Amino acid sequence: MMGKPTMMRRILTTDLPALGIVLLAVGPFLWMLMTSFTPQDRLAALGVAISPANWSLENYLRLVSRTSFLGNMGHSLIVAAGTTVLGLFVSVTAAYAFSRFRFAGRRVLMMQFLLVNMFPVVLLILPLFIMMRRLGLLDTHAALIIANATVAIPFSIWMLTSYINAIPRSLDEAAMTDGCSRLQALRRVILPLAMPGIISTGIYIFITAWNEYLYALTLGGRNVRTVTVAIQTLIGEYQIEWGLLSAGGVVGALPATILFLIAQRRLIGGLTQGAVKG
Amino acid sequence: MSVSAALPDHAAPARRWRNRLLPYGLLTPAVLVTVVIVFLPMIEAVVTSLYEFVLFRPNAARFVGLGNYFKLVEDPVFWITLKHTAIWIGLTVPLQMGLGLIAALILNRQFPWRGIARALVIIPWALPSVVIALMWRWIYDANTGVLNEILLRLSIIQSAVPWLADPDRALYAVVVTLTWQGFPFFAVMILAGLQGIPKSRYEAASIDGASAWRQFRHVTLPGIAGVLATAGLLRIIWVANSIDVIFVMTGGGPGYATQTLPLYAFVKARQNLDFGYGTTIAVMFTLLLSVVVAFYIARTSNEAER
Repeated sequence: MMGKPTMMRRILTTDLPALGIVLLAVGPFLWMLMTSFTPQDRLAALGVAISPANWSLENYLRLVSRTSFLGNMGHSLIVAAGTTVLGLFVSVTAAYAFSRFRFAGRRVLMMQFLLVNMFPVVLLILPLFIMMRRLGLLDTHAALIIANATVAIPFSIWMLTSYINAIPRSLDEAAMTDGCSRLQALRRVILPLAMPGIISTGIYIFITAWNEYLYALTLGGRNVRTVTVAIQTLIGEYQIEWGLLSAGGVVGALPATILFLIAQRRLIGGLTQGAVKG
Repeated sequence: MSVSAALPDHAAPARRWRNRLLPYGLLTPAVLVTVVIVFLPMIEAVVTSLYEFVLFRPNAARFVGLGNYFKLVEDPVFWITLKHTAIWIGLTVPLQMGLGLIAALILNRQFPWRGIARALVIIPWALPSVVIALMWRWIYDANTGVLNEILLRLSIIQSAVPWLADPDRALYAVVVTLTWQGFPFFAVMILAGLQGIPKSRYEAASIDGASAWRQFRHVTLPGIAGVLATAGLLRIIWVANSIDVIFVMTGGGPGYATQTLPLYAFVKARQNLDFGYGTTIAVMFTLLLSVVVAFYIARTSNEAER
């Protein structure tokens, strides 16, 4: 090693570059945040207000009063929550099977779920549209929840499998010698222990479903318009009112970003595990 | 079956059968759902691509065999968008990887606020694509965008550049946005890989008098090669598929300047309602992409063995 670096040296070689990377990552978002706090007249005349003294909530108030943004948030919430419930419901048992049993076809089935994750959205979106139209599901929450599940299920199965793999098998076996059946062992022993993993997976599904745009655009409509589609519509309607648009962007991004920051440590663990081992 | 071995005495034959069928039972809901919402639509896509099918004229649907595919290879726009897709992947993924590597190396050092820095760096990854597109449209804005303002002040450019409206620049402008969106993913993956390299290897290397560069070359890079390959393949697939940011930023324009193959399929079906041809493009794109997917699956299938 190079000997004990001095404080000054550490700042130059580590803190400053780290600050640079962080600014690069959050800079555009901060810029949007500052834009959203700048009143429209000021933005047109002088540009984005850097100092908080000139900030106001004007854009946010206009966003709430002039657009249907709150309603769109509600739709996004229903779709994201629905996708999370559906995704977790079918994934937990599947992940348990993959983790605890060695059976014929296991490898093929696991690969199948991985493969499904790689299918281009654009390949599925057109037939799904035709299918939903035939079933009369276009422009309903169900259509979006089902479509989002194409992404959510395969992913959460893989993520949950790795979480359950980390729980020792001896625990299910102990429960079963105590007279539990397999399913009881799953429910009473594994589920509680896997809860942190299940919650992280749920958060991940929620974030991706909340952020999803193409399905929402294609399968949604007048009745069910999620935040992401609403933002896109705003861009069309309020072309140059960047203050208002930015406020919409901030509000639309906030739920997913906050959830992510809360769960990031665990989420990153689950996400990187597969790639690092493989 | 290591599982049933734990309770040999009361494992009656009936119970053994149930245990053998149980994993299939547990998998049924997930498999059923995926068959219905992924595999059936996929088959339907292949079938649709054999028809001339425009959505608002459903009765005029006509079987044309491979006709759409012949039309596709003769379509100049197909070749243009294919070229864009290649540029798009060829620039974006290496840029993401390079920036991600730099970020990971910096964030792997010791400093007091490392935890916060790591959390903040990943934010672009958690943002909705639409918001990212909105944000960067504002940054790139020709009249009041901050990028032009900065570059003008630094005298790098002499007059404001309409980044997204200029056919020669638009594709690169979108590549920059995607690089920004995707580098945190690499940073996180590489960071995890870096932490898996034993300290002793660096110590051994420095005892041998290896310079910082040689340590990087001979210890760090081999240590994260696997992660780079896996993450790179995953990212190629992901970047190739991602059309939402381009769609919101430019809609594929000006002209076809930022149109990639999957975006072309989407726009064709969405705007012209030409589902037959749109699906043909999508199927073709999937076939091309499946080469990369095959590599990725081959890498990961060892994982499932355990």
